[in-house]
Amino acid sequence: MFGPEFERKVDAIVARYPVPKAAVLPVLWGVQHHRGWIDAESEKWVAGRLGVSAAHVHGVVTFYTMYKQKPSGKYHIQVCTTLSCMLRGSDELLGHLERRLNIKPGEKTPDERFSLVRVECLGSCGSAPMLQLNDDYHEDLTLEKVDKLLDNLP
Amino acid sequence: MDKILTRNIHKENSQSIDVYESGGGYEAMRKALKSLNPGEVTEQVKKSGLRGRGGAGFPTGLKWSFMPKEKSKPHYLLVNADESEPGTFKDRLLMEKEPHLVIEGSMISAYAMQADICFVYIRGEFVYPARVMQAAIDEAYRKGYAGRNILGSGWDCELILHIGAGAYICGEETALMSSLEGDRGYPRVKPPFPAQSGVWGMPTTINNVETLACVPSIIERGPEWFASVGPNEKNSGPKLYCLSGHVKRPGVYEAPMGLPLMELIHELGGGMLHDDRPLKACIPGGSSVPVLTAEQCDVNLDFDSLAAVGSMLGSAGIMVMDSSTCMVNALLRISHFYSHESCGQCTPCRQGTGWLERILTRIENGQGRIADVDLLKSVADNIDGNTICALGEAAAWPVQSFVKKFRPEFEAHVEAGKCVILDAAPSGA
Repeated sequence: MFGPEFERKVDAIVARYPVPKAAVLPVLWGVQHHRGWIDAESEKWVAGRLGVSAAHVHGVVTFYTMYKQKPSGKYHIQVCTTLSCMLRGSDELLGHLERRLNIKPGEKTPDERFSLVRVECLGSCGSAPMLQLNDDYHEDLTLEKVDKLLDNLP
Repeated sequence: MDKILTRNIHKENSQSIDVYESGGGYEAMRKALKSLNPGEVTEQVKKSGLRGRGGAGFPTGLKWSFMPKEKSKPHYLLVNADESEPGTFKDRLLMEKEPHLVIEGSMISAYAMQADICFVYIRGEFVYPARVMQAAIDEAYRKGYAGRNILGSGWDCELILHIGAGAYICGEETALMSSLEGDRGYPRVKPPFPAQSGVWGMPTTINNVETLACVPSIIERGPEWFASVGPNEKNSGPKLYCLSGHVKRPGVYEAPMGLPLMELIHELGGGMLHDDRPLKACIPGGSSVPVLTAEQCDVNLDFDSLAAVGSMLGSAGIMVMDSSTCMVNALLRISHFYSHESCGQCTPCRQGTGWLERILTRIENGQGRIADVDLLKSVADNIDGNTICALGEAAAWPVQSFVKKFRPEFEAHVEAGKCVILDAAPSGA
């Protein structure tokens, strides 16, 4: 389903653990990196490959917040609004992004360029407010800084 | 005190093994493997007074001593790098800037427990720290600090980075084991304790990143030195304090155990963010520990001093709130967090955390009833002590302490139907 190179990666992951089931999370990460999100077909494939039920894999995918059950935007923006960030203006930051992108948290722009979510503490409390854009943290933000960040995206 | 945990962070390429070794790095590991047997390493850690830096403050050497002395099965050390307690961001700094200190501490500890594999469980959001850690692990293998026959000792131990996928609960040690096994992150009932039956049913110990990062200094400078840093041997060693909220210079600060909270806020942290807004409240150990009123903040940041004022050092995530803070809104944010993060196994927590969030939401939105203030306490009291893991307490303690200490503000908020910012109840009662 994902090609021989991916199969070799899965073999290497499985070899790290005493039992194949331990590879469920890392292999799901591999799937998500490969195709951007995790659909039911992929869940079934992972289940078959690791000798667990598809229901088990679905249970894992839905338990953890980072597995995407639908494709996100090209730029996936996660804004932390937990207490330390709230105290430093994360609500204003999120409100600004909602207005600028004209979407609510949990939504995607019609051109699929941006998706926006409100998330819980990302461990960046000393550099609040902050957001995670795809893999990267952007910290000590102001509304001007976040505008500049978005303006300069390719 | 010279810096122990953050010795290299301002050096260029502090994450590289060359920089780490040139500052004396891996000498402690060499000393441990060449001149101490595993039991002696554990004894030194016991003597140092080191207590866990992840939240509970359990004596580290004692925890290690629960591992079987004779090996009949594989042993595992799990490095808890799932740092997720709101207000806490110290392990991330260590992994980004001092990854080899974390690795050296982990490998010395793995040696003490004769572990076969050391897994570093890092939260999925930490993409950059994970990249730095993986590069450091690869360097450690190349230099013979992990793998087969480590430093010629005859001891083999693999070092493997395992990436989580977004779940606060996986920082709870038994949930971390479930997650590592490829399951949902469900905590398990103790006993059996992990040292008897842990991951895959094998003897397992789980330690926090900062806890393990303390170990090289204990071996290098001796347990007596470590015990002498800080107020007493039960509250000892260098400590990382995470300062956030309404202060001028938030960040991670290293200082001896027992740093006065007011010194952290006003000297290291540069004082309150706005000069005309005094301190109102402070959460000293990550969002799950009981809040302190301003007048309770004249306290030292160590396990026993904070216990004496009814709170905890926890993960040393110090969240500072000034006089502009609405305590209803602040508590709502905390309760939303625990409701979102409850794993759903135990009814009191799964249901109760949702109730707390909904009651606080209606108070915040001006639809509260005066009886809601007591209802909050009642729901929290019914979660506290009735769950498999400590997430139940983590959800209950903030509610109990906010309502107790800021009750007039909660009542005024209900009556006015909007934020009414008041000071703490007299004498913090």
